[in-house]
Amino acid sequence: MRRVYLDYSATTPVDPEVAQLMMTYYTEKYGNPSSVHGFGQEAKEGLEKAREQVATLIGAQPTEITFTSGGTEADNLAILGTADAQQKKGKHIITSAVEHHAVLETCEYLEKNGFDLTVVPVDEEGFIDPQAVAKAIRPDTILITIMHANNEVGTIQPIAEIGKIAQEKGIIFHVDAVQSLGKIPIDVKAMNIDLLTISSHKIYGPKGVGALYIRKGVKLTPRVFGGGQEKKRRSGTENLPGIVGFGKACELAGERMEEEEKRLAVLRDKLMDGILERVDYVKVNGPRGDKRLPNNVNVSILYVEGESLLLSLDMMGIAASSGSACTSGSLDPSHVLLAMGLKHEVAHGSLRFSLGRQNTEADIDYVLEKLPAIVDRLRAMSPLYDQILHNNAKVQ
Amino acid sequence: MYSEKVMDHFTNPRNVGEIPDADGIGEVGNPVCGDIMRIYLDIQDDVIKDVKFKTFGCGAAVATSSMVTEMVKGKTIDEALEVTNAAVAEALDGLPPVKMHCSNLAADAVHAAIKDYRDKHQK
Repeated sequence: MRRVYLDYSATTPVDPEVAQLMMTYYTEKYGNPSSVHGFGQEAKEGLEKAREQVATLIGAQPTEITFTSGGTEADNLAILGTADAQQKKGKHIITSAVEHHAVLETCEYLEKNGFDLTVVPVDEEGFIDPQAVAKAIRPDTILITIMHANNEVGTIQPIAEIGKIAQEKGIIFHVDAVQSLGKIPIDVKAMNIDLLTISSHKIYGPKGVGALYIRKGVKLTPRVFGGGQEKKRRSGTENLPGIVGFGKACELAGERMEEEEKRLAVLRDKLMDGILERVDYVKVNGPRGDKRLPNNVNVSILYVEGESLLLSLDMMGIAASSGSACTSGSLDPSHVLLAMGLKHEVAHGSLRFSLGRQNTEADIDYVLEKLPAIVDRLRAMSPLYDQILHNNAKVQ
Repeated sequence: MYSEKVMDHFTNPRNVGEIPDADGIGEVGNPVCGDIMRIYLDIQDDVIKDVKFKTFGCGAAVATSSMVTEMVKGKTIDEALEVTNAAVAEALDGLPPVKMHCSNLAADAVHAAIKDYRDKHQK
């Protein structure tokens, strides 16, 4: 059976070139970068080269990159580290309703421990209004944390505008850029970003490694104490194979970004238009055009439930994801879709396809060939669809 | 994630559809929680002669609906009332823990349909 992976926003395969490089750091250059001897020093060289490669992709200096175990740890370090370092100045944090759980849960933890939290809403396409952020600022605001691009609906936030507002007020600005890295340009200086979270496994690097960009001069209290690695910001022997893999993945992503962005946007629009043409009662979630990640398609297929769609697609070899409650492990559907004003039943029928390097036009054709019959089958079972047909018949 | 039986019932659900002029119709769940199950019963002399279902929901919701129709078809309504949600899950070789609460309502839908039948026939 044909297999089509359309869940690149969940994770990506490791680029063979990256995997090959990593292997040498498992078996040959296995030294500890903190060691004085040659083994340690060649590992240290690999570590510092990776730091440069990561920094280059986001317009930072290598000294501003702190490696972590992933995006979640980088988010935690950014938020908890800032809260701890700045709490004498104030205890107010601003975030948005559509952040990743690694940000939201961390902010909510602080809220339970004496901090004030303002959660800025989004419009029906998932956009944050920079003016709403400006209005939420108080004298005791110490941190604004807003994602660059949304993981579910691909909405790209006006980060440079929000960054300007934060800079004018002298407030630390953290951006979770896990989904945008390597897909669209990021320039931490031009966007006035103080802290930026990035992750390796979303850009064809290995899992278990990420980084936090910390602008020179920004004070953070570490969350992990120990041997003082990463300039005491994140102790623990460096995950060197992971880090060099991440560095290489950043280099490759930088080389390929411009071309890949265009290629994926064409496939994205073909898939979205194709679904709208072939299936009735479909709602596009998020914006269309260049304010959306080039690899993200998110639609709600009304009157059917997301997990049923995923199971049915999987039987055809197609891997996608959904914001349905059944796939979230809780009883509520996606907080992102609800924040955009979707009704629960519409959010339950959401379907995300996230495209990547290995996808071709033939993959999109395959999905467009299989999806309509899957929807028809599930709708034939759906009491909600009955009601719609019945009501439409009455109207006519 | 799901047992083979669940996937079998999800892929080839038994007794999907409606019964025109059904003797009893039961519906449980709501669109907010993401599961709606509607059961139609054809009852003669207190025996369930035919049963059909329509379900909006996840794989477990569809599979439990399908399974419960097989379990109650041909039974008396008193026997059908003894079929529980837990028994349906067991007949499917179990459900993931998170599904036991939210998507395991098919027996409730049958019971609601029987109540509907009794309400209509006892006036």
